[in-house]
Amino acid sequence: MVSVLDRKLLRDLMRLKGQVLTIALVVAVGVANYITLRSAWRALGDSKVAYYEQYRFADVFARVKRAPDSVTDRLGDVRGVASVYPRIVEEVLLPIDGMLTPAHGQIISLPSRGRPPMNDVYVKSGRFPEPGRGDEVLIYEPFANEHDLRPGSTIPAILNGKLHELIVVGLALSPEYVFAIEPGGITSDDERFAPMWMSGTSVAAAFQMEGAFNDVVVRLEPGADEKAVLIAIDRILEPYGGLGAYGRDLQISNSILEGEIAQIEAEVVFLPGAFLAVAAFLLNVVFSRMVTMQRGQIAVIKAVGYRNSTIALHYLKMVCVIVLFGSAVGVAFGAWLADAMLDLYAGFFRLPMTRGRIDLPVAINAVIASLLAAVAGIAFAVRSAVTLPPAEAMRPPSPARYRASPIEQMPGLRRLRQTTMMVFREIWRRPLRTVFSSAGIAFALAIIILGRFGKDAHGPILDLQFGRQQREDISVIFKNQVADRSLGYLAHLPGVDQVDGYRMTPVRFRLGPRWRDSVLIGLPPDSHLRRLFTRQFRPARIPHSGILITDVLADILGAEPGDLIDVELKEGDRGTRQVRVSGTIDEAFGIQGYMQKSSLHGLLREKPTVNTALLRVNPGREAELHAYLSDIPTVQSIHRKRTVLEKFEGQTRKTMQVITLILTLFATAIAVAVVYNNARVSLSVRSRDLATLRVLGFTRTEISAILLGEQAIQVCLGIPVGMVLGTWGAKALIELQADPEQFRLPMLISSQTYAFSVVVILAAAILSALLVRRRLDTLDLVGVLKTRE
Amino acid sequence: MPEPSPSSERSSILSAEDVSKVYQMGDVEVHALRGVDVPLHEGELMVLLGPSGSGKSTLLNILGALDVPTSGRVLYRGDDIAGHGERELTNFRRDHVGFVFQFYNLVPSLTARENIALVTEISKTPLDPREALELVGLTERMDHFPAQLSGGEQQRVAIARAVAKQPEILLCDEPTGALDFKTGIRVLEVIDEVNRSLGTTTAVITHHAPIASMADRVVSLADGMVASDRRNDEKVSPSELTW
Repeated sequence: MVSVLDRKLLRDLMRLKGQVLTIALVVAVGVANYITLRSAWRALGDSKVAYYEQYRFADVFARVKRAPDSVTDRLGDVRGVASVYPRIVEEVLLPIDGMLTPAHGQIISLPSRGRPPMNDVYVKSGRFPEPGRGDEVLIYEPFANEHDLRPGSTIPAILNGKLHELIVVGLALSPEYVFAIEPGGITSDDERFAPMWMSGTSVAAAFQMEGAFNDVVVRLEPGADEKAVLIAIDRILEPYGGLGAYGRDLQISNSILEGEIAQIEAEVVFLPGAFLAVAAFLLNVVFSRMVTMQRGQIAVIKAVGYRNSTIALHYLKMVCVIVLFGSAVGVAFGAWLADAMLDLYAGFFRLPMTRGRIDLPVAINAVIASLLAAVAGIAFAVRSAVTLPPAEAMRPPSPARYRASPIEQMPGLRRLRQTTMMVFREIWRRPLRTVFSSAGIAFALAIIILGRFGKDAHGPILDLQFGRQQREDISVIFKNQVADRSLGYLAHLPGVDQVDGYRMTPVRFRLGPRWRDSVLIGLPPDSHLRRLFTRQFRPARIPHSGILITDVLADILGAEPGDLIDVELKEGDRGTRQVRVSGTIDEAFGIQGYMQKSSLHGLLREKPTVNTALLRVNPGREAELHAYLSDIPTVQSIHRKRTVLEKFEGQTRKTMQVITLILTLFATAIAVAVVYNNARVSLSVRSRDLATLRVLGFTRTEISAILLGEQAIQVCLGIPVGMVLGTWGAKALIELQADPEQFRLPMLISSQTYAFSVVVILAAAILSALLVRRRLDTLDLVGVLKTRE
Repeated sequence: MPEPSPSSERSSILSAEDVSKVYQMGDVEVHALRGVDVPLHEGELMVLLGPSGSGKSTLLNILGALDVPTSGRVLYRGDDIAGHGERELTNFRRDHVGFVFQFYNLVPSLTARENIALVTEISKTPLDPREALELVGLTERMDHFPAQLSGGEQQRVAIARAVAKQPEILLCDEPTGALDFKTGIRVLEVIDEVNRSLGTTTAVITHHAPIASMADRVVSLADGMVASDRRNDEKVSPSELTW
């Protein structure tokens, strides 16, 4: 048996269905958002922890030129080190049939017995190579999928200049390659980069590394001082050509994964919170009006003996119905969206993800948070209903008090039309409502900007990086430096139109106690194929003397132009040189330093050499050229700019489209809810005034202008604020970006994005306003004059 | 038997001819007016008497173009406005009719003067709002908001608002209905004053029979039909009214 009050509740909700639906939609979006972000956060975070734990992901990593195995024991003696695992890691070319340029492999040695003690391999199908079988490999699963490789397939590989036919015995993943990015690459490319695992003795034999290692990973004891360990390891490896030890924070796969997790964590509080705040505000607007309208009913209910608590409960129940309805939709939508988001992530982050059913506590939290927000939103309205003495409630509310708004006193506006003044005074009477409504609109607009600005920044930055900065078609990286005259040889290869080259050397930059391992690039002064630009698209020049460093690197070191910094060389005599910072450059990628090529040779005390050649190529003869390039034994890898660019664009475009679409829909839900509910309440408050005006001879258009003018002002106030908010948010997101040391988006929001966001908001507002305006056509002119409000 | 209609004596500015109005209330048909003939003569003050439900408000609403008859004609200076569209009806109200309501219906966010300006801004030959307020004796309260005025004062502002556009016709629906006796008299005096000094043709609806004494003509409605239509030869000033 449904109680009479509950029946009233259902009927009230039915009467307000437009408002109930739009507010429930905002709740749904907030809940869905929370569930999606929380699920993604937990799935990525928990999977990461479990994966790292189960597969014993190392804490410290170091590359070295060649260190004897005996060094391992010394590393193990370092205070804070729990265990040490020396390995051999080598770059190889994989000349797969049908690929224009060979793919790049990274061979990692496996221990002769048992599984790797850390950075273990997760074999998804197949088996581990048998010890001593030099042709058996485990291969990175996504690469295998791209090339249709299965256990039993073979793959050609150039190991130390010799072509081998390797047998794939298993497909694998590793915590080291959750986000697999090749050395020097800018993004993951499953088609072109393949970590591979091979029996240690075979790798050692192929690369003449018997009794030695060139890569070491370390697990720390709990509570160990990581920085001290890094310094100790560097000291031990220094004589063997150590390239600098680093912790998990700089391990590229981990740093990108953690960056993403941190970004979701930041959003998980802010985004759903803002949606719930909007919902709470709208509930406040709607319920305040409802309680005012129902004063008489409340009085009667009280007069016949209902308790105050019953009345409070009645309105609380009403809001609960709205929130629970919205939450139910939100939970279902959120579960679906979370799944879609994790699918998207699964394409980037290769780790066994624990997912599937909806996370119940997360859903419950979301519903509780929405209920709390909603109850907070209607608290004042319910309180005024409860505290109303029955007798007073029977009388109409005292007429609203108005004051002249300050805007009328502004010079030039003194002679406003009366109808315009009505709009201003209504706004002035409820300034908070205007502020919150505008804030809601501003928030909606801001999230559209946030969903789209990445697209604006990516296009031009790719254009800059791959059009104006990297002007070559192909870059060839040599295993070791080669004499400058080798470029002359390349120039004579078929299809080569222009050749340039530069020298790049790994170094440690140090200023006082701060240091960072990176690379120093020496560019010739007349380099045609490589130019420098800032993130703001301005060309930059390398000074005649001194070093130009990326501003992110300058921040890390705390260096300013004019400072002398130490450059610790990792090749040649491995000496330390002091170089003056002559400037900083705000580049989009990396944290490198630049010098004149001749100055770098001076620093390295070597003859003019290059280790990267840049080629401009006649497209018609590219295939012919690649055949020659692959045969050069000193070549370590070949990069085709167009392929990298297409990969990067393809990856970002799809993600951006999805994000833009979802956030635009979310924003529309907010804009519709804000404008529709405000207009409905405003219509309820004003219907008497508007009917009077109609009787006095005002047209429908004229009274619509009064009703919707207020909404229009709120939207117009919200739009510029939203643009500023969106711009700030974009800045904050850039700061939060996955790995700022790897890639930095420029702060760029196109006028199209601003225009798009404004158009979406205006369209949503106008649509909602029209829905309400239709009601003006059926305004009861006669009835409203017969009754006292 | 009703008395013979005096309608032919003077020219009528607005008239209802054989007007019927049927409302559909759910499954029930309510006949609010059944073939009513009521003319409004140029310059006269007519009182429309009748108990509640007699159809007087319906008639006033139809004469004022707030509502359209189910059948019959509404002639304004010989032109039938009953068949006009929404836009023409709005223009008719805008240009020719002033309304005074029982509950004043002032816009709460506008001061007394601004409530009047609201109308003068959209009319062709308006009075100055101050002049209109002078007419109702409220110049000193002109910058007050409705919430700061008494009921009688609000009604006088409403009258000033109605006459400020110098309408040819002033329609008042129970203008004293929400007021006490003394205040009611003051409001009626203002209506009388407007009728005499501006020559505005005026119709006042009331269910208070004594008010009929201030009229030039009294029409009584009962059950949707004209029960009587008579000239009042012993017209008294509102201050002499009692009830």
